[in-house]
Amino acid sequence: MTTQLSPALAAGAASPVDSIETKRPKGRGRTFRPRNVWTRVALNSIAAIVIACSVFPVYWMVNMSFTPPQKIISREPAFFPVEFTWKNYVTAWTREAAPGQTDFVHGLGASIGVALAVVVVCALFAFLASIALARFAFKGRWVFIISVLIVQMVPGEAMMYTTFNMLDSWQLVNTLFGLFLVHLASVVPFTIWTLRGFVAGVPADLEEAAQIDGCTKAQAFWKVTFPLLAPGLVSTGIFAFIQSWNEFTMALLLLQGYNLTLPPWLNSFQSATEATNWGAVMAGSTLIALPVVIFFLFVQGRMVGGLVSGAVKG
Amino acid sequence: MTATLPSATATSGSTKADRPGRRGGRRFPWAPWLLLTPSVVLLAVMVGYPTIKMIVTSFTDEAIRNKMLGTAPNFVGFDNYLEIFTQSDFPAVLARSIALMVILTALITAGGMLLALLMRRLSKGWRTAVSISLLLAWAMPPLAATVVFGWMFDTKYGVANYILNVLTRSNDWTDHQWLYNPFSFFMVLILIVTWQGIPFAAFTFYAGLGQVPDEVLEASQLDGAGGFQRFRFIVMPYLSSVVTAVLVLETIWNLRIFTQVYALQQRGGLVSETNVLPTYIFRQGMGEFGVTAAIGVIMLILLMALSYFNVRRTLKEEAL
Repeated sequence: MTTQLSPALAAGAASPVDSIETKRPKGRGRTFRPRNVWTRVALNSIAAIVIACSVFPVYWMVNMSFTPPQKIISREPAFFPVEFTWKNYVTAWTREAAPGQTDFVHGLGASIGVALAVVVVCALFAFLASIALARFAFKGRWVFIISVLIVQMVPGEAMMYTTFNMLDSWQLVNTLFGLFLVHLASVVPFTIWTLRGFVAGVPADLEEAAQIDGCTKAQAFWKVTFPLLAPGLVSTGIFAFIQSWNEFTMALLLLQGYNLTLPPWLNSFQSATEATNWGAVMAGSTLIALPVVIFFLFVQGRMVGGLVSGAVKG
Repeated sequence: MTATLPSATATSGSTKADRPGRRGGRRFPWAPWLLLTPSVVLLAVMVGYPTIKMIVTSFTDEAIRNKMLGTAPNFVGFDNYLEIFTQSDFPAVLARSIALMVILTALITAGGMLLALLMRRLSKGWRTAVSISLLLAWAMPPLAATVVFGWMFDTKYGVANYILNVLTRSNDWTDHQWLYNPFSFFMVLILIVTWQGIPFAAFTFYAGLGQVPDEVLEASQLDGAGGFQRFRFIVMPYLSSVVTAVLVLETIWNLRIFTQVYALQQRGGLVSETNVLPTYIFRQGMGEFGVTAAIGVIMLILLMALSYFNVRRTLKEEAL
């Protein structure tokens, strides 16, 4: 359920693109730029190959999405969208995935609805829990922390049918609310864990100082601590959104007909056997990938850190 | 950048601020539990209960008919486990899953390390370009990525066959079926997962490499250590905790892979020859819940055993 990005995301150091440069302490990890011209040429060529390999599939998707269908079904693929067209997007946007199944627009609505609900509720739940963990000393704190770590690792795939039956007994199969519950439970542990780090990172002394200056405890929290937590809430929120947006297994199992979210929509759309319209499938894929790519660029600075912050220090 | 503050504090936070004082605890001893209630209830109902239910079900003969007729299932002991290990293709699926996990983890970790080392040696412009292109691969939703790769390796119109034909100056690759043959099915699958997985490993190792002090490297260079020796004896000790972290996470993720396998099977793979644990469970369908639950329990045990290292590592590093 939780796919490739999970615990890595959110919270923490190291932007792969820029902030590493500015933040690195002096004398550590300076890049070793080889002086020999030929070595540099060789390294740059390898870099160029790496760039080409990483970008090509994404480029191919976009390229195909702008190529007219009759040109896609061709023995000599067009490497550039010479006969540029928006038609695939129109098709993807309006046509049902398969007869009796949802179209893109409704899938989009369902996906956004579920993901936003997950983001809001998850942020609230995890925020409360992380305050309890970071600001209070109480019996059972340890037990809860370890439970969160363990729960985070429970594979949802293993018990998909148990979950299915449970939701079925509550009449929640084939409802977006059921899917929302599943997604929520899968992102909350990680979000608690990450936010706890953020809350702990804001020194309680700051709040006390505000209280000495005449704030009430609640005011001190809302005016001092909360604004400092905003970046943490944003990046965990984006993480939760991406998780829910990409989640495929349970959406495939739980949803049918006109209730599909985008991943099962794309799955039906691509496997509609007779004459799959590949241009439209690629247009659909592009549209699904777009928000995630944008979000990734937003939080890229915080993406690696979560994991690294624990492992690298010292 | 907004990223700096929380990152700096989150990293160093565990020393002082992480040990909560008594504040707040005195007047409202129940306050922390009140704050935890929503999460505890949610996780107990959505994770705790199904886990226990699955373990219980795995010892019964519960099937769809119990649901239809409303009858209670019978307790059958370890029969389900015996059945899956002796009378089904489960052992093959398990072996395939583990083999796939090992290969993917090895490729992603090694590839990520090589890329991180490369990025350290590039000029700023090149490094930014590489970073952005890796970010693009990382950001692709797994299903969309699989759909695109599936089309690139399409039998008739795939660009892969076209390029191979051009490169080999032949027509050998015309109508080559990549997905029908389980071996090349897994090659394509490994390509997809590695393509998406390497960026995370590369970025993590890249950040880790930044922690290796220059002086030590220079000193070792003066002492005559070659490139490989420097990597093995100077860089690796600094990186070992990061490498362990990535290895553990990749192991877990690669064992849980569902989307890519399922979507590629949809494009024409032989399901019986290409199933891995999650797709195998999925394809058990609504028949015998007892047997499916037993498979789930095995997968749970396997992942919990792997997660043990992750939990221990996290607790140790957070020094709670």
